[in-house]
Order: sequence, then structure tokens, then C-alpha cells
Amino acid sequence: MNFSGGFADLYREVILDHSRSPRNFGRLEGANREADGFNPLCGDRLKLLLRVEEGTVRQASFVGDGCAISTASASLLTEALRGLGETEALELSDRFRRMAAGEIEPDEAELGKLNALVGVRDYPMRVKCATLAWHALRAALERSGEVAQTE
Amino acid sequence: MNAGPATTARYDLERVRGDFPILTELVHGRPVAYLDNAASAQKPRAVLDAVERIHCTGYSNIHRAVHQFAQRATDAYEGARRRMAAFVGADSHEEIVFVRGATEALNLVASCLGRHVLREGDEVLLTGMEHHSNIVPWQMACEFVGARVVAAPVTDRGELDLDGFRELLSDRTRIVSVVHVSNTLGTVNPVAEIARMARERGAFVCVDGAQAAPHRPIRVRELGCDFYAVSGHKMYGPSGIGVLWGRRRLLEAIPPYQGGGDMIRSVRFSGTTYADPPAKFEAGTPHITGPAGLAAAADYLEALGFDAVAAHEEDLRALAERRLLQIPGVRILGTAPGKAAVVSFVVEGVHPHDLGTVLDHEGVAVRAGHHCTQPLMERFGVPATTRASFGLYNTREEVDRLAAGVRTAISVFRG
Repeated sequence: MNFSGGFADLYREVILDHSRSPRNFGRLEGANREADGFNPLCGDRLKLLLRVEEGTVRQASFVGDGCAISTASASLLTEALRGLGETEALELSDRFRRMAAGEIEPDEAELGKLNALVGVRDYPMRVKCATLAWHALRAALERSGEVAQTE
Repeated sequence: MNAGPATTARYDLERVRGDFPILTELVHGRPVAYLDNAASAQKPRAVLDAVERIHCTGYSNIHRAVHQFAQRATDAYEGARRRMAAFVGADSHEEIVFVRGATEALNLVASCLGRHVLREGDEVLLTGMEHHSNIVPWQMACEFVGARVVAAPVTDRGELDLDGFRELLSDRTRIVSVVHVSNTLGTVNPVAEIARMARERGAFVCVDGAQAAPHRPIRVRELGCDFYAVSGHKMYGPSGIGVLWGRRRLLEAIPPYQGGGDMIRSVRFSGTTYADPPAKFEAGTPHITGPAGLAAAADYLEALGFDAVAAHEEDLRALAERRLLQIPGVRILGTAPGKAAVVSFVVEGVHPHDLGTVLDHEGVAVRAGHHCTQPLMERFGVPATTRASFGLYNTREEVDRLAAGVRTAISVFRG
């Protein structure tokens, strides 16, 4: 549909698609890393589960209830992680969070489908929705078991 | 969609809207429909002018110097205290303590009354619909002495379960602290009845009136409570100023809150004697211009008349609930009879934050989130709601824009 409101740049088709039909949604069989993400501002919670073998993320999944931005971001994250080494995953997490916060310019080649989330840069109050799953990713890789907070 | 008559207000709505300069602002190219009044209300010109007048004609620190500016600033400050005493129905202006807002008022009562009466094993009885500002200060006070906080249950309609409340009221209950009007549900609690039950048990009664003051006359003596907290910014006054009313003998009995200048009679290293209330609770340089703005807000509200304000807001609330319930998948939380003009709702398949962003693009300002009432959100099994809260200047057309925005959001997110 045509968004007369002008929010189409935030809610791109990829975001709406992933929020309506999130990929890798559910509890991953054989997960050996996990972390909870919590956004105290809105109460959104999600759990990220990873299966890491020989330093490589083989598979990722998530469960939780959140807004379209946080759900789509988590869904895209689980796709982007597959096959990444732990260090690469942490680097991507850092660059994504800095990009979303407007600290660095988006690198389209590097971000791939994650580019759909760059619109959040114009919505400072929604940046934490986009980064919630990425906070959880860092926690899962660095100190599994803790609750990662956006605050 | 026909909104019916543009207004049913018993005052000239267009003229009243003209009193609020901010209402002509555009948001994303549209006139703002400000439906977030329960978070903070906009200010009429009279309030802005009252604050500016002090800065332009007689600003100085108060209660200190002998020069003319100090006198003018002190007169404005103390005049506002008398005005607010009348506004809440106090016996004396000496029962009015100026604070930053309801949060500071509640912290003051929890800290000072808590130190005065709470002992190990005692209980502070709240309700399940309290704002965090009427929960956390009591937890802090209780933790200090080994007392505990208990909360009375809330019914499915969002009312206080009075039987449940009565069961929790016991000889251990030293303090009862309740919200007058729920910021999340709009429920108006039977404060006078609660206070009567609590006082029969010998408990002190504190009331969080932040959401009540903009909508209804406050008569603290008729309510029968011991303390009553008001925020200025929610009743069209400045932010950073509010009022704590307390019974004179209690304000005398409880210890001071903060120490510093203006709250003392004499200071020696061997010991200090405190000033009488209310100065005892107003350490340091206060919000000098705030009280004058708050008094102007009280004047403004009473000139319009609470009956007229309440009738207008009730019309908007009823219209908003009708319009929203016509939309499939909308559920309203808080359906207590006689509730205030607060409409909290969830939309199936649309998260409150996404709805808030879509509405913002339509120029409609609402609140999305837990509204600082996380235990209440848990009670209703939702992480967050969208809340539209109406003020004296809102219009029926704005209600229609809210409903239209909800329909737009549904078409976007349900796909």
C-alpha cells in the first residue's frame, strides 16, 4: 500500500515481511549459547539461541514478542549470522549497532539485507528496537546466560 | 465518518485552543493532535506569562534578601502557596509544600513518614494499579527497616478489588498509599472510602493525585487522607513544580526530607533546629518561578470550571472508545464506570510502538509503552499498550484522526 504518512522509509517491505513472518522463530534444537535481550523502555523481551561449532555460528533462532522493528531485526540477524565466525559475528554486531545509532555510515555491500533497517537512523526513539537482538548477540557470545539490556 | 457536532464543550473550544500557542504547531506537515495529556499537558499563555512576568519584573532568590526584587519574587512564591492551598481545599497555606512533582512528593512522604512510623514487620498497602513513583519509594523505605509492600488486587475491569483490599488491611498496615486516578486505565479510585477503612485501622493515608488534579476539584479534607501529591505539569502548569499537601500536625511530627538553607531555624555544629513546615521541607533554592505558573494554571482550570472540563473530556473519551471498538482486533484495558479520559488499548497484530510511530506520522501524539506501571501490565498480560489521554483542548476531529490512524497501522502491519 501507499504510506501517505511518509514512514515507508522505516517500514520497508523487507521489514514488514520479516515482522509478519519472522525467520528462525522458535527454540533452536541443539543450541549451546543463548542470551535474553530486554528493552526496559518498552518492556520488549527476546531470547536469542545459537548453535556454535568450532568457532562458527552454524544456526541461530529467537523467541519473544516485540514490535515490527525489533522482530524484523532479530529475524534478519539470525539469517545474517549463519556461517560467521564468532569474531566476525561480534564485529558485525558492533558495526550494526553503530550504524543504527548514526555513528557510522551504512556500508550497503557489507550489510546486505540488513540495509533494510537503515531507516531507523532517522527515528532516534526506535534505535533501541533495532539493536535489541544485537545486544543479545553480544551477550550470547561473550557471557552466555545474562540478560542484555539496551539501557 | 461523521464526527457529529464539532464540540459539545460548555466553553468556546476554539477560543480555549487559542490560549495554547503550541497547538498551532505542525507535526510531519499536519496540525498536531496532542493526545498524550496524561504524560504531560500543554501550557496556556497565562501560565507562560506568569512565569515570564517574574523573570521580567521581579526575579531574585526568595526568603533571603531585603531588596525589592527579593520581595517581589517572595510575594509571588508565597502567594502561589495560598492559591494552591485553596486549589486542593487545605485548611492553611502552611500545609502546602512545594516539590518538583508528584514523584518527589511521594518520595518525601515515603522517606519522612516512613522513618517516623515504619518498623520491622510493618506493611505498606498499595494497589496493583500504582505508578512506579508510588511503588519504588515505598520499597526503598520498607527495605531500610524490614517492612514490606503489599498490593491490593485489581479486577478485570481495572477497578480496585475492595474486598481484596479489605482483606489485606491489617494491624500490620501502617501506611496506605493509593492512586486517585490511574494514569494507565483512567480508573477513579474511591479514595474517601479507602481512607475511611485505612484510618479505622489506624493507618496513615497518602494519595497520588497526579492524574486527578487536571480533571476534578481536589478536596483533601473530604477525602480524609493525610497526604496528597500533585504534579504541576499535568494540570497545564510548568514542569518541575508540584505540591504536597499534608496535615499540619503530621508535617510537624515527621522528620525533614533534605537538609540545607531555608529549612532551618538555627545551625550550630552542636546541633540544628528545623524551621516549621512548610519551610522545613523546602531546603535550598526552590523552583522560584514555578509556583506562579502553577497558580496561573489553577486559575485557568477553575475559570473554565471543572464541571465543563470533565463533561468535555468525557464526551471525547466515550467517542474514542466507540470509534476504537468499531475496529476489529481492538481491546480496551480499563473499563471501570466513571473513569477519567484515558483510553488504553491494544491492537491485535500491531505493536504499540509501531502504532505510535504511524500515528506520529499522522500528527497524532499518543503514548506507547508500559506507562510506568509494569505490575499492572503484568496483571493484564500485555507488555505494553497504546494510550490516548484527553485534555480540555482536544476535539472530536482529533478523536477521528486517532481512529483513522489505527486503521492505517492495521493495514500496514497485518498486511
